[in-house]
Amino acid sequence: MDERRSPLADAHEAAGATFTDFGGWAMPVEFDSIRTEHAAVREGVGGFDVSHMGEVTVSGPDAQALCQRLLTNDVTALDSGEAQYAAITDADGIMLDDTVIYDLPDGDREDYLFVPNAGHDAAMASRWRDHRDDWDLDATVTNRTTDYGMLAIQGPDAPALLSEVTDVDLLDLNRFAVASGSVAGADCLVARTGYTGEPGYEVLCPWDETETVWDALDCQPCGLGARDTLRLEMGFLLSGQDFDPDDEPRTPHEAGIEFCVKLDTEFVGRDALEGVATEGPAEKLFGVTLVDRGVPRHGYDVETPDGDHLGHVTSGTMSPTLGEPIALAYLPVDYAVPDRSVRVVVRGEPKKARTTAPPFLS
Amino acid sequence: MSFEVPQDCRYLDSHEWVRTEDGRARIGISDFAQDELGDVVFVELPDEGDDLASGEDFGVVESIKAVSDVYAPVSGTVTAGNDALVDEPELLNEDPYGDGWMVEVDLADESELDELLSPADYEAQIE
Repeated sequence: MDERRSPLADAHEAAGATFTDFGGWAMPVEFDSIRTEHAAVREGVGGFDVSHMGEVTVSGPDAQALCQRLLTNDVTALDSGEAQYAAITDADGIMLDDTVIYDLPDGDREDYLFVPNAGHDAAMASRWRDHRDDWDLDATVTNRTTDYGMLAIQGPDAPALLSEVTDVDLLDLNRFAVASGSVAGADCLVARTGYTGEPGYEVLCPWDETETVWDALDCQPCGLGARDTLRLEMGFLLSGQDFDPDDEPRTPHEAGIEFCVKLDTEFVGRDALEGVATEGPAEKLFGVTLVDRGVPRHGYDVETPDGDHLGHVTSGTMSPTLGEPIALAYLPVDYAVPDRSVRVVVRGEPKKARTTAPPFLS
Repeated sequence: MSFEVPQDCRYLDSHEWVRTEDGRARIGISDFAQDELGDVVFVELPDEGDDLASGEDFGVVESIKAVSDVYAPVSGTVTAGNDALVDEPELLNEDPYGDGWMVEVDLADESELDELLSPADYEAQIE
């Protein structure tokens, strides 16, 4: 299959970015250096092209009912112009994806847009349509992934930068709020969301105008490498790595995002998750920092000091902000508490490590 | 983008360099290699007295995004490792042919140098 390309792919190539395949998309992994890009977001402002994220809209009289029954969070709690984080689970409560769903502004209470992860757009649109048909609901589901470019402008200076080129009142835009307005002359949706732990915005713009918007936001371009180190310092999940229906089947409770599971709503997976919530999961995703030198990586085993297997690292890196090796790992619940002594096996060598509650960055 | 390829080194196609002086050889990774890896955050080196075999891996360089084995361009006995890399692995990015050297060895067989790529051949490879 041909790689999908962002509307900015040519511009990134011209800027000298290195690329990687992510969810079937050719995306920039690094423009200058991960350290430089990471620091720009923590200390100033950085811009990410996240056009590989999917966009699926749901409209019609039963749009809310359909979304409510396929997402773990309570969609009915959203007012127009608000967004929330949610998981998408199967009947066993296993996470298929995580997403942000927006109740779109401008009056139409029945219009929703949700953002599946890279490469999941077609499968999630099909899932919505199949369930709509099974439940005989009246809703229109449209995969608009190639109608929208998506940019993330993140960092303490993001409000100042974006306010120069938009008519959206950013002071009025609370966390997880979304407004429509002009950005660099393009009709966009501006949301106060992001995945870095810093203040910032995500801008959905018409595909063909993405480059105009990108060019108007004069800041450090950042690739997926920095996006990964930034989200990992915050302990945020990466779909397909920290959970995956095939390779890492996990419930939201194991993954530590039970805050977005509302058991008083009806959704696919609810009954299974009620059982998990009652009994408590056997394993939980937790933080590990290396005491010895080394870098924990995806797939490395985690052991007790005596060498008994505990679990494995799902995401790990050298934290650019802390200068410390950090990792997320699924551990038995009695180890998913702070300050337990463990070992991470790095190329056959057990390295001393300690457990710590994410986020790694306070 | 063009990369530095010093004339006084010889190269392995896996992007290591060796520079010889009085029967001793310093080994490191090339400017191209450090750029490909990105920010280096961890370096694992052999101990003094360890024997390296040409073409075999002798160390590891980790950047934020990748782990890479480092191969010995020549055989020999390690006489020194660059301890500065323990606390300042970024030296490998900043000065790959100078302060970012990795190990020094007593050459076992100087003729092995003839098997390596010349600066011109290596430059052609990374073009």
